Amino acid sequence: MSNAATPLEHTPRLPRATLTSAAPAAIEAHALTRTFGRRVAVRALTFAVNDGECLALFGPNGAGKTTLLRVLAGLLRPTSGTAYIGGVKLPGGGADARAVVGLISHQSMLYSALTALENIEFTARLYGVESPREAAIRALHWMRLEDRADSPVRSLSRGLQQRVSIARAIVHEPRVVLLDEPYTGLDETGAAALSAALESLKGSGAALVLVTHHLGEGLALATHTAIMRDGQFVKHEPRGTLELDAYRDVYREAIGR
Amino acid sequence: MSARTPPGTLAAAALIARKDLAIEFRTRSAFLSAIVFSLLAIAIFYFAWDATAVSSVDLAPGVLWVIFTFSGILGLHRSFGVEEADRAIDALLVSPVDREAVFLGKALANLAFVLGVQALAIPAVALFYNLPLTRVLAPLIGIAVLAAIGLVAVGTLFSSMAANTRLAELLLPVLALPFFVPIVLPAAQTTARLLAGRPISEAMGWLRILIAFDIVFVVACALAFPFTLED
Repeated sequence: MSNAATPLEHTPRLPRATLTSAAPAAIEAHALTRTFGRRVAVRALTFAVNDGECLALFGPNGAGKTTLLRVLAGLLRPTSGTAYIGGVKLPGGGADARAVVGLISHQSMLYSALTALENIEFTARLYGVESPREAAIRALHWMRLEDRADSPVRSLSRGLQQRVSIARAIVHEPRVVLLDEPYTGLDETGAAALSAALESLKGSGAALVLVTHHLGEGLALATHTAIMRDGQFVKHEPRGTLELDAYRDVYREAIGR
Repeated sequence: MSARTPPGTLAAAALIARKDLAIEFRTRSAFLSAIVFSLLAIAIFYFAWDATAVSSVDLAPGVLWVIFTFSGILGLHRSFGVEEADRAIDALLVSPVDREAVFLGKALANLAFVLGVQALAIPAVALFYNLPLTRVLAPLIGIAVLAAIGLVAVGTLFSSMAANTRLAELLLPVLALPFFVPIVLPAAQTTARLLAGRPISEAMGWLRILIAFDIVFVVACALAFPFTLED
């Protein structure tokens, strides 16, 4: 099974989103809170992510990172507070907000019995993309997977499945891309291909929120960083010039270890 | 970002149903399991049957509806099983289609599944029990379709609820079977009267009950379905 790297310089550029300077922030959260029973998973978060920015979100297990992403993706209803995705209010905006979101998780979210192309084309049709088959082929091309288009997903390696999953998530050229531990299970070449794709997405004007435990991978992409603990941002700032080792100290201090 | 119009409820439902049927056509796992179960059940009932004590037309309606009920469970369980594997359901729910479209699409695919099993099981039962199928075929198909609608509506709802649990395979029948009773009972009674050569007018009361429960279950399950997707 080939799992060839997709060199950054060879990654095709994704279509640039057509945005005006008056466009609202891609993501805005105001006192966003989500509880499960008595447990507060996300606690009154207020932040914004603009087009072309990447917020790298770090934190220990159970900090509320995944819950925050699921609220922003419209999969969970906030208990209180509001979020605006592409200017559309959550909760309430529903389908309009979801239409501009692409979600990538450590789970592939693919149908293993269908081929890579069928999976992506199905998603393109759900989003009302014009010429869905051509769009799916284009998305596969972005991920350098043209030769795997007709392979059933179950026959692909973990890294290739993840790349198909990314192609699925961006086939509708989302303005907001939410990534939950996308590097999980990827080998070195798969991780390099994913990083290249995410750089390209960011360059094309998409706003990214990247949840990861790997400080290095997060810092490489981030324009902003946040450290989350007990449902709150204990540190939220522009990426700055801190190197990995220095940021590791900042992280340890922030989470109290 | 170019403006796009996501599909309407019916178009999205058709997309989801087509996808589910494509997956089942590729794997055939649930359909083959349901057919094997049906044939085994028919054979077991046949060899346990004392023809001198019970006539075939008295036994056959019970056999038919036991088979339809339990073979249907196999397909209904798989309906959301394919979504839970690798969390494909998240990709579906984060798309801009209505939750109602997801229900309708799943229910349509499940209806095709149940009708497919019925299409093979009815001739098999007729063959084993020497039933006068040609005489009652049209009304029997009508009853089978009506009952399948109710079973599928309830089954799709509970399949969604059970899929998120660790004991989904046990939970689905436990949840769904009590709600199948108001569908299976009138369907079996109507079938018995038909096979006994009685006029359909004699079974109109049961048919009305079947249709009423179909309407109630389809509406109630479609309305309740979005809540099963909330964490």
